[in-house]
Amino acid sequence: MSVPRFWRELDTRYNLIGSYCKITDTYHYPRRSFNPEAGRESIGSMEDYQFKGTGTVVTPTVVHQAQTGYEMFGPYCMAIIELDEGPRITSQIVDCRPDTVKSGMRVKSVFRKLGEDSESGILHYGTKFILFGNDIDDELDEDSIDDVEL
Amino acid sequence: MSGIVSYGAYIPSHKIETGEIASVWGADGSAWAKNLNVYSKSVPGPDEDVITIAVEATRLAMKRAKLGGTNIGAIYTGSESHPYAVKPTSTIVAEAIGATPNLTAADFEFACKAGTAAIQTCLGIVGNNQVENGIAIGVDTSQGAPGDALEYSASAGGGTVIIGNKNVIATINHTTSYTTDTPDFWRREGQKYPRHGGRFTGKPAFFKHVMMCGKMIMDMAGSKPEDYDYVVTHQPNGKFPIRAAKSLGFTEEQYKTGLLTPRIGNTYSGAVFLGLAAILDIAKPGDRILAVAYGSGAGSDGFDLTVTDEIAKMDRSETVEDMISRMEIINYATYAKYRGKLNMGDSK
Repeated sequence: MSVPRFWRELDTRYNLIGSYCKITDTYHYPRRSFNPEAGRESIGSMEDYQFKGTGTVVTPTVVHQAQTGYEMFGPYCMAIIELDEGPRITSQIVDCRPDTVKSGMRVKSVFRKLGEDSESGILHYGTKFILFGNDIDDELDEDSIDDVEL
Repeated sequence: MSGIVSYGAYIPSHKIETGEIASVWGADGSAWAKNLNVYSKSVPGPDEDVITIAVEATRLAMKRAKLGGTNIGAIYTGSESHPYAVKPTSTIVAEAIGATPNLTAADFEFACKAGTAAIQTCLGIVGNNQVENGIAIGVDTSQGAPGDALEYSASAGGGTVIIGNKNVIATINHTTSYTTDTPDFWRREGQKYPRHGGRFTGKPAFFKHVMMCGKMIMDMAGSKPEDYDYVVTHQPNGKFPIRAAKSLGFTEEQYKTGLLTPRIGNTYSGAVFLGLAAILDIAKPGDRILAVAYGSGAGSDGFDLTVTDEIAKMDRSETVEDMISRMEIINYATYAKYRGKLNMGDSK
């Protein structure tokens, strides 16, 4: 990712800044200047909004073949998360055993390193999520290992 | 009077035990643990560094004080493991707490006491009414070379204090410093791991500076050890701070709350901040605290503090003890992976 592009999206990534549509009373992430549901009327009616950073796991998955730059995490959990204000986002869930993450668990945002351009390039920071306030089932999910295709 | 308006702390949620490290090198783990009085140390995850720790600690401090970014006029971050050699940690913290653009920011380096030098700087500019509130951060993700004595203690963590004049939870009554050119520990530009002078880091370095600074600050305050409820000093291992505190005339009751190294290792620039945070987590109005930082190279900063009635109004949940209790043990292989000690060849 180019440095200017990342820089333009800093507040969105660092502070979960999205948009609130005054016409439909709905929240959007990432930031939008226009709400397709409200059409032309929403132009000029979208306000910046900082999300609280709390939400619920809609559906998690465990990544065993790590994406480039994420080798040190493997295996790790990615999940679709519904923020308390409504929008859904995809994020890594960290600081837990990946197979313990289940649908319906509560999560909150944390500030983490997302990656880097290269060993000498710019560092990318932003938002990930951790579990909080859940009863974790520590029993190993047998399917999580058997399903791996080598 | 100026003082601490709020404070925050952050300790990564992984730890490795001293015995696990020793077993890799064929060393006697229980002997190392006992000799250093370090039984486990915190380990940052692959996506944690000085910047992420600084942001988390600062956000906690901001939340506790119910302050917005526009209330902050300065951010200074002290560390010896800033992720960038050129590009400030403090600007990223500023952006992450919504304090940009109307503030001044800079990164400090003075081994393990860069953060307390930042506190003194904030006291100056707050005292001169140049800014309403200034943020001082002490944080590190230090590394010890594999097999070196430092590997048993070098850990990660940090803390933030917000310095201001309004709603002060602990007044800083006095501060002073004791500084000399003493090369006990260093890391040259571009080198991954620091080097140290072994036993030379003790008597002429840590003990001389901490003892002198401790005596100077008590002389300045006209106080005696028994006037304090708590004392916290820099803690490169679990033994040095106990010996220093006892030599200054303090008791276990006074130093045990702020002594975290036996459980989380040496967090370098974060050590005094985390010890102070653990004390503020439980302190009552009227309690008096003596804090003495130490940074190799070498120098000590001393602070005499009195806790005010304001602390009773603050939400002090998310304590240092909470952070320590959530830490999960990892093995050496995971530790080596997380800390970039594996040679990945051309695969990465």
